[in-house]
Amino acid sequence: MKQYETVIGLEVHVELATKTKIFCSCSTEFGGAPNTHTCPVCTGMPGSLPVLNKQVVEYAMAVGLATNCKITQYCKFDRKNYFYPDNPQNYQISQLYLPICRDGKVEIQTENGTKTIGIHEIHMEEDAGKLIHDEWSDCSLVDFNRSGVPLIEIVSEPDMRSAEEVIAYLEKLRMIIQYLGASDCKLNEGSMRADVNLSIREVGAETFGTRTEMKNLNSFKAIARAIENETERQIDLLEAGKEVIQETRRWDDNKEYSYAMRSKEDAQDYRYFPEPDLVPIVISDEWLEEVRQRQPEFRDEKKARYVSEFKLPEYDADIITQYKKMADIFEKATEICKNPKKVSNYLMGETMRLLKEKSMDPDELTFSPENLAKLIGLVDKGVINGNTAKEVFAQIFENDTDPEVYVEEHGLKMDQDEDGLKKIVEEVVAANPQSVEDYKNGKEKAIGFLVGQVMRASRGKANPGMVNQLLKETLSNM
Amino acid sequence: MNLMSLTAVELGKKIKAKEVTVKEAVLAAFDQIEKVEDVYHSYVTLDKEQALKRAEEVQKLIDEGKLDSPLAGVPVAIKDNMCTEGMKTTCSSRILENFYPTYTAEAVLNLEKAGAVILGKTNMDEFAMGSTTETSAYGVTRNPWNENHVPGGSSGGSCSAVAAEECSYSLGSDTGGSIRQPSSFCGVTGIKPTYGTVSRYGLIAYGSSLDQIGPVAKDVTDCATILETIASYDPKDSTSVKREDYDFTSALVDDVKGMRIGIPKSYFGEGLDTEVRDAVLSAAKTLEEKGAIVEEFDLGLVDYAIPAYYVIASAEASSNLARFDGVKYGYRTPDYDGLHNMYKKTRSEGFGAEVKRRIMLGSFVLSSGYYDAYYLKALRTKALIKKEFDKAFEKYDVILGPAAPTTAPEIGKSLSDPIKMYLGDIYTISVNLAGLPGISLPCGRDSKGLPIGLQLIGDCFKEKNIIRAAYAFEQTRTYERCDVAKARD
Repeated sequence: MKQYETVIGLEVHVELATKTKIFCSCSTEFGGAPNTHTCPVCTGMPGSLPVLNKQVVEYAMAVGLATNCKITQYCKFDRKNYFYPDNPQNYQISQLYLPICRDGKVEIQTENGTKTIGIHEIHMEEDAGKLIHDEWSDCSLVDFNRSGVPLIEIVSEPDMRSAEEVIAYLEKLRMIIQYLGASDCKLNEGSMRADVNLSIREVGAETFGTRTEMKNLNSFKAIARAIENETERQIDLLEAGKEVIQETRRWDDNKEYSYAMRSKEDAQDYRYFPEPDLVPIVISDEWLEEVRQRQPEFRDEKKARYVSEFKLPEYDADIITQYKKMADIFEKATEICKNPKKVSNYLMGETMRLLKEKSMDPDELTFSPENLAKLIGLVDKGVINGNTAKEVFAQIFENDTDPEVYVEEHGLKMDQDEDGLKKIVEEVVAANPQSVEDYKNGKEKAIGFLVGQVMRASRGKANPGMVNQLLKETLSNM
Repeated sequence: MNLMSLTAVELGKKIKAKEVTVKEAVLAAFDQIEKVEDVYHSYVTLDKEQALKRAEEVQKLIDEGKLDSPLAGVPVAIKDNMCTEGMKTTCSSRILENFYPTYTAEAVLNLEKAGAVILGKTNMDEFAMGSTTETSAYGVTRNPWNENHVPGGSSGGSCSAVAAEECSYSLGSDTGGSIRQPSSFCGVTGIKPTYGTVSRYGLIAYGSSLDQIGPVAKDVTDCATILETIASYDPKDSTSVKREDYDFTSALVDDVKGMRIGIPKSYFGEGLDTEVRDAVLSAAKTLEEKGAIVEEFDLGLVDYAIPAYYVIASAEASSNLARFDGVKYGYRTPDYDGLHNMYKKTRSEGFGAEVKRRIMLGSFVLSSGYYDAYYLKALRTKALIKKEFDKAFEKYDVILGPAAPTTAPEIGKSLSDPIKMYLGDIYTISVNLAGLPGISLPCGRDSKGLPIGLQLIGDCFKEKNIIRAAYAFEQTRTYERCDVAKARD
């Protein structure tokens, strides 16, 4: 068999986190009863006119700057004409001729080191409504709540060669956009959507093969599976002496299979033309500079700062800054409890463990940095011991519980009653002559066992330091 | 006294002076409507009950001293392409036969704030596409000067209603001459303002980059007063312009001394009816006698305006009218099989022939492979036409010409030859392409007794120049009323 290489370019749609829609003042909030976040503009009522949300332009500019794009300082919207019931005007306001950002690039880390992925363009557009097919009454209904929610579409160059590179690129985009606060980029909720353009060619070939476009990819895993599947499908076609047909395919992740939606022949002519209801957007040098000045601290800078300012190990800083959410928790909690190392330990240890256990993304963390800081404070002040802290943290992780209240209510404070503890220590020592013997014979480890026994007898509430001290005293007096 | 014989401003004064009640004015309008509407059919929708209710409210506000607009209490007719909340708005199309808007157009809201009482919605060419008001799905409108002739279009109903005195004034819209040409045919006065002066929010779009709402009335004073009321900067319309001057009535001055008026030679060539030519040139003479400096000049690119217009307007229309699909509102075909069949049948049955023609034309010129050759070229032509006018306005304050090459044609004579009908827009269309203000006002009648319109064109945001010239000319003659109007005296 010949040696093939996969060539992939991505079209990534990102829903922007503006409060209101792109062309009207309706809320962009997800959910809500159908057609409650609507007005004449986003339902395509006759006579209504779009007015551009400035925040959309600023987010698009910010993403463009963060991905090293050239900003088109005189840009326009165009109408993309097609009929579909989720599209109330039967045209989508988008950008074709003068997109807001062009010629950008981002760097990703691959097995073979750093690789640059080109960004062809980023343009702004409006989302469509949602069709709901009612099986009961055999009809389709339209919910226009999503109609007019702002999107940017980030079109990459065909620079990726594997599923790993695609995932790395998407993670990079997601991180940048989350750092900007421009979107939460949730693939499963559709606030980030990726269409994969894929073709194959013989290794060393200079021209591209015929590409297909894969839609309906709702997770990184689905994307990886779809890429592998489509690569194989195309290789099989070529090996069998057949041709790849340029078409749009839909991925079914349950069946791990894709099917053709429409071929190039029935590709629609969108009859793009400049949107006459909107005036051109003129981005002055001052405005551009303003947005540039407002760009946040990105991951690399943050990482470096965590190492220098908070003395975190490089490894910890790397993990924590991977997700804006984690970095935010880290900074806020540290600011309150002034103990970066301990905050880092909770994030690197317990948080990561629980995330893995519940197969969650760091994006989905819901606990507040305030409660984490309080917990660290409780340990520092010797109110609870480390073991109890673990138990309390699980509660914080799950329900964002206030640790002070929780400790109080559940009676988890460390036992400081020395006389009581002394009694327990004496009992434990009496009950475990073998360990005492071992300790006396120089087996230092034996004391660990005894401490454990005392802790158990105190139902975990004993102060470990006190236990140690009392044990040693008792043993040396024997 | 026949209240309908008064101009809007005259009637407004009487209402304010408590000589006339709002209710009396509204009843007078309906009295005339009930007399003549069967024959002339200016309206698509009338709502007497609502108008009388509104009359009471307005009267109360006037009595309480809360309304001091010159138009308070004066009955108005609105072209049926402007949304009116709760009042049917059809664009004279079957596809919107049952459409009740959920909001009111900004220009109409501005009138309502000034205390206007809406009588109903006027007939028009379907979606404002046409020059005769014959493409309406709800029957033709007849010219009050001669019922065998068309009133012009597309604001034919708005102009005939003013001429037949079925309202005191009306609003029309003008994409390629749709206020000025029917004003000319009906012997009334109409202004197409500078693009961006009146909000388009709530105006059901035909050619978005060309559409403007404007007033139709008996005289220049009314038109200036109405324009002052409806013009506003509207943040809901991105193409709306924050102007420095909205005081159009300040230009109602009978003085054109030293005003430079240019007459484009090419406007007086082949195709222009001689009676129209004579009347328009005589008007120019009158202005010259009043002290204006009148001279002929060469205006370039006149022949390119019509093709450029039909490419741009049709392209925009093909997209603007896509929303009428039977899904959300308006007409839906009763029997269909699946989504695409529903679209196809709804639109085939819901739109008339002229609208379909322009949707097809517009879809064609935007198609991939043709876009550059047609649409892009038309946009460039538009820009060049604007430059020609810029050059002209370096020399002149006002450009003078006819509003239409002929007087109103007979009913049934125009639609069979659409190219000829399109050529009838030659004097009005370039004004829309260049975004300029234009006014049409009566300047005589032909041997058949049909009115002839004089058109005055100004530079962008120079409405005051054309208002002043029109007002000065108007002082030299008296407003001629048609027999249908006089019959009620």
